[in-house]
Formats: sequence, C-alpha cells, structure tokens
Amino acid sequence: MNDRLEIEVPADINRKRTAPFVPKIEVERLNFYYGPTQVLHDVSLRVPEKQVTALIGPSGCGKSTFLRTLNRMYETVPKSRAEGNIRLDGEDLLQMDVTALRRRVGMVFQRSNPFPKSIFDNVAFGPRLSGNTGKAALQDTVERSLRRAAIWDEVKDQLHNSAYALSGGQQQRLCIARALAVDPEVLLLDEPCSALDPIATAKIEELLFTLRPQCTVVIVTHNMQQAARVAEYTGFFLLGRLVEFGRTEALFKAPEKKETEDYITGRFG
Amino acid sequence: MRQVLRRVPERFLPGTRGLIGLRARLRTGDEIAYLATFAFAATIMAILVLLVFELYRSSGPTLHRFGLSFLTGRTWDPVAGEFGALPFLWGTVVTSALTLLLAVPVGLSAAIFLSEMAPPRISNALTFLIELLAAVPSVIYGLIGIFALVPFMRNVAQPALASAFGYLPIFQGPNYGVGVLTAGVILAIMVLPYIISVSREALLAVPRDQREAALALGATRWEATWRAVTPFARLGIVGSVFLALARALGETMAVTMVIGNNPKISASLFAPGYTIAAAIANEFSEATSDLHLSALIELGLVLFLLTMAINAAARLMVLATARKGTQQ
Repeated sequence: MNDRLEIEVPADINRKRTAPFVPKIEVERLNFYYGPTQVLHDVSLRVPEKQVTALIGPSGCGKSTFLRTLNRMYETVPKSRAEGNIRLDGEDLLQMDVTALRRRVGMVFQRSNPFPKSIFDNVAFGPRLSGNTGKAALQDTVERSLRRAAIWDEVKDQLHNSAYALSGGQQQRLCIARALAVDPEVLLLDEPCSALDPIATAKIEELLFTLRPQCTVVIVTHNMQQAARVAEYTGFFLLGRLVEFGRTEALFKAPEKKETEDYITGRFG
Repeated sequence: MRQVLRRVPERFLPGTRGLIGLRARLRTGDEIAYLATFAFAATIMAILVLLVFELYRSSGPTLHRFGLSFLTGRTWDPVAGEFGALPFLWGTVVTSALTLLLAVPVGLSAAIFLSEMAPPRISNALTFLIELLAAVPSVIYGLIGIFALVPFMRNVAQPALASAFGYLPIFQGPNYGVGVLTAGVILAIMVLPYIISVSREALLAVPRDQREAALALGATRWEATWRAVTPFARLGIVGSVFLALARALGETMAVTMVIGNNPKISASLFAPGYTIAAAIANEFSEATSDLHLSALIELGLVLFLLTMAINAAARLMVLATARKGTQQ
C-alpha cells in the first residue's frame, strides 16, 4: 500500500532531540478496572525522561485512563483500581503519598478548567497549596510559569483580571502555566487541543517543544499529525492494550503491527 | 429526496398580519403562550406596586405626623399616641444578624459534608430529612422554643456565656431565658434547612474538572473542597444565605413566642426585645385608634423597605464579586 504515509512527518522533526532513552516512568503489566470492567490489559511501557511521548488510539481505547494512572487521578472515581507496577524514578508510584506524587506529575485536561479567579491567583494556586505564600516569590513563580507557557506577553497587563476573560486557547495555556507553577517533573496532557482552533493548537505544540529540556511530557491525542509533530515516542492503544510503542518516525513510517498500520492509514478509528 | 420540506400555507406562518393571521397564530399556540405568560408576569409586578401603594396610603396619618422621627423614636406608647419604631428595627436587625452568625457556619459545614464527604446514599437520606425540617410550621418551632429552648437558655447556655464572657456588655444583665439571643437561636434552627439544601445543590453543581484541577496540583481532598469547589459555588451559597436572611427578617410566630415582646433597646442579648413582624402580629387585633393602626402599617412598610434594601445590597455584593471572578 502506497498510501500508508498520509501522515507527513514535518520538516521541523529535526527539532526533536535524539537524546538517550532514560526511563522516567516505568509501567509494568498494568491492569486497570472500573468496578468489574477491565479497561487496561497488561500495559507495559517506559516513558523517556525529558522527551515528549504521545499516546494515540481510537476513542475508548484506554489512553486517557492510562494517563490518569500516572498521577493516580483515577482515584476520584469510586471502585476503580490499578494492579501492576508503576515506578517514577524507580519509586513505587502506586504507594507514594498522592499529593506529593501530583506535585511531581502535573496534569492538563481536555477542557481548559481555570478557576473563577484572577489569572495571577490561578497560577499561584499550586504554590500557595505548598505553603509558598511570600509575595515576591509568588510573583516570580507566576511570571516564570506564564513565560514557560508562552502566554506572559498576552496577559502581563491583566494579571488581576478574571481568567474567564481569556480565549479558549489562552485559557488552556494558562492551565499549562498553572500546572508548571509547581515545577512538575512530568507533565501529562489529556487531549489538550481537542477544543482549540489550529492557531491555538500550534501555539501549544510550539510550547511543548520549549518545555522538553526541563520536563517529561506525556500527551494523549486524537490527532495523529499532532503526535507526529510533537512526540519523540508514540504509543498506540487499542481496546485497552498497548499495541505498539516506539520512536514516532518508526511507528508512523514502518509500523510493526497490522492494527497500527490500519489505524494510521485511516482504515478505522 | 431533496424536497423534504413541505410548503406551509401562508396563513399558518407566524408573523402574518390581520385577523386571519391572528387566528392562525393563536392556533399555532405561540401567541397564546406569549399573552398568557406576559399576563402572569405582569400580575406579579402589579401586586408589588399595589402592595407598596397600599402600605404607603394606609400609613398616611403617622407618615404625616411623625415623618422621619418614626424611624428614630425610641418610645412606642399606643395609649399616649406616641410611636417610635427604632426598638423594632433594632430587634429585627439584631435577631437577623444573630441568626446568620449562628446558621451560616453550621449550614455551610453541613452542606459541604453532605455534598463532598458523605457517601451519596447517606447524603440523600439526610438531605431529605433536612428538607422536611423546612416544612415544619413556625408555630411548632415556637412551642419547642418555649418548652425546650427557653429553659435551656435560662439554665444552661446563658449562665455559661455570662460566666465565660460576662465582661462583654452583650452577655450582661438579667437572664430571663426569653430574649433576643433565644430568638436568634430559634431562627437559626429554622433557616438551617434553607442554607443546607440550597448550598448543597450549589456545591453539587460544581463541575468535576474544578475539583480535578485542584487535585492535579497536589491539593488534598479538603484543600480541593475548600479552595476550589466552595469558591466556585459561592454565588449559590450567598443566595442560600439571603434566602435565610429574608426568612429571618420576616419570621413572626416563632420569634414572638420567645423574644419577650418588649420594645426596648438593650445592649444585652439576654434582654427581651421585639421585632417588626412580631409587633404587627401582636398589636393588630388590639389597635383601636386610627393612629395606632397607621403606625403598624407603616411598620410593615418599613419592614418591606428594609427587606428590599438588604436584597438589593446583596445583589450588588454578588455582582461585585462575580465581576472579579466568573465574568469579564
């Protein structure tokens, strides 16, 4: 089939670093259940440090659920449980203190969810939780986080206005700034661009490039082009299983599994 | 398959003019719905206007005779024909303030427990029971007040307060059991169901992503509840408080049974007092002179205006905080 590569790997792929693979998170034989329903089956995957990993797959394949095991956000759902091994820097993630874990592993959600507070107070929320309330230090943190999320120039004159006055794309970058304000080692993004227009999406992808040297990024996306553009590594989920995981170029150019090929060539999903 | 849209005869189209048009529009129901709902909405406005007009007209004699001194006078003596409403205003405002002071912390805590902490089944059962409390007639609360609360206040609560905080003027003076504090407590019990039930609804309506945003930043469950969920619901919570306040300002029967009905202004919360609503209810049947009657109606007007002013202030406050947070 010659139409295999509808997904063009963009020219700026070279901006992706070819860094050595140092595992930041190691997942081994993870099984996940919502009550009696098993959602993830024997998922094993290693997330490389300070690189971008994309998780793709059709709706309901378990990729978001998998993401939510990495900061144990699933615990808000009653009767959910994870079995298996997840290690963050070698530490058992499932046994860690959950608030400490979530400060190390930040998350950005599908729909931007700023608090009904000012832009400043949104970003300062995390630092204030950890008791960091000195005014000068807070101001520094807020500015640095907004800069890292590439939104500082747009909001620096209205830090004390409501976050709800921002556009959808700005709100989402504000949420990224809010997550970055606690200096997480890992940033999880759950389809962060699914509600955004192409320009806002491009801004967020651009921002992911700049985050890479400091932060490990795991992004769930519906959009295969997006995975090809931003991620060094990509994993393909189907029906609760990790079908294939590898370097993004390899996975898109020469998938090993038939299911992966069928999905990325658009035969289903 | 393109021609799915059937042509509608012109006279059935909305907006057609003339008698046939009107009949057609009546038949389609839009016009009927518009006229009927408009009429009912206008009725409410008409009732409000008539109410104010009638109160104003009937209180003419005292309005002319006392003017503003009606509001500042401290003597209420129907026999001598002297009418100053300040003690009633004072009693109304103080009992309502006490009510909120007691009921808001308890009600908000209970609402947070029911919406955030309790298992859903327990929460629903408890909420049902709490909403039943709102249906208890106020005279029953008054009876409970007389037979249970007044002795308790006289023998336990007020002596304890006097010995602990007796240096404060508000906890000094003779202890009868009936008084402003007791009225505040019974009112607090009566308005609790409103605060709990409305606040709980507001808290339950907070989107899940707000809680998750806080949790994802490393908030504990309580921090997420207190710093993210509760602020998000604050408009609803404020609404519940003003519903409670409206109830407290206007409550008549239970208050008059426990407040002591004495039109005096006293610094002590133990002292008997009087509220506007209680005064109207107690004196109306015995008001023989026109002036007395007119004074009572003016009291009603004052209560009405007080309620309106407090509600307007509340609305402004909500708007001011909303502008800072939720809206542009």
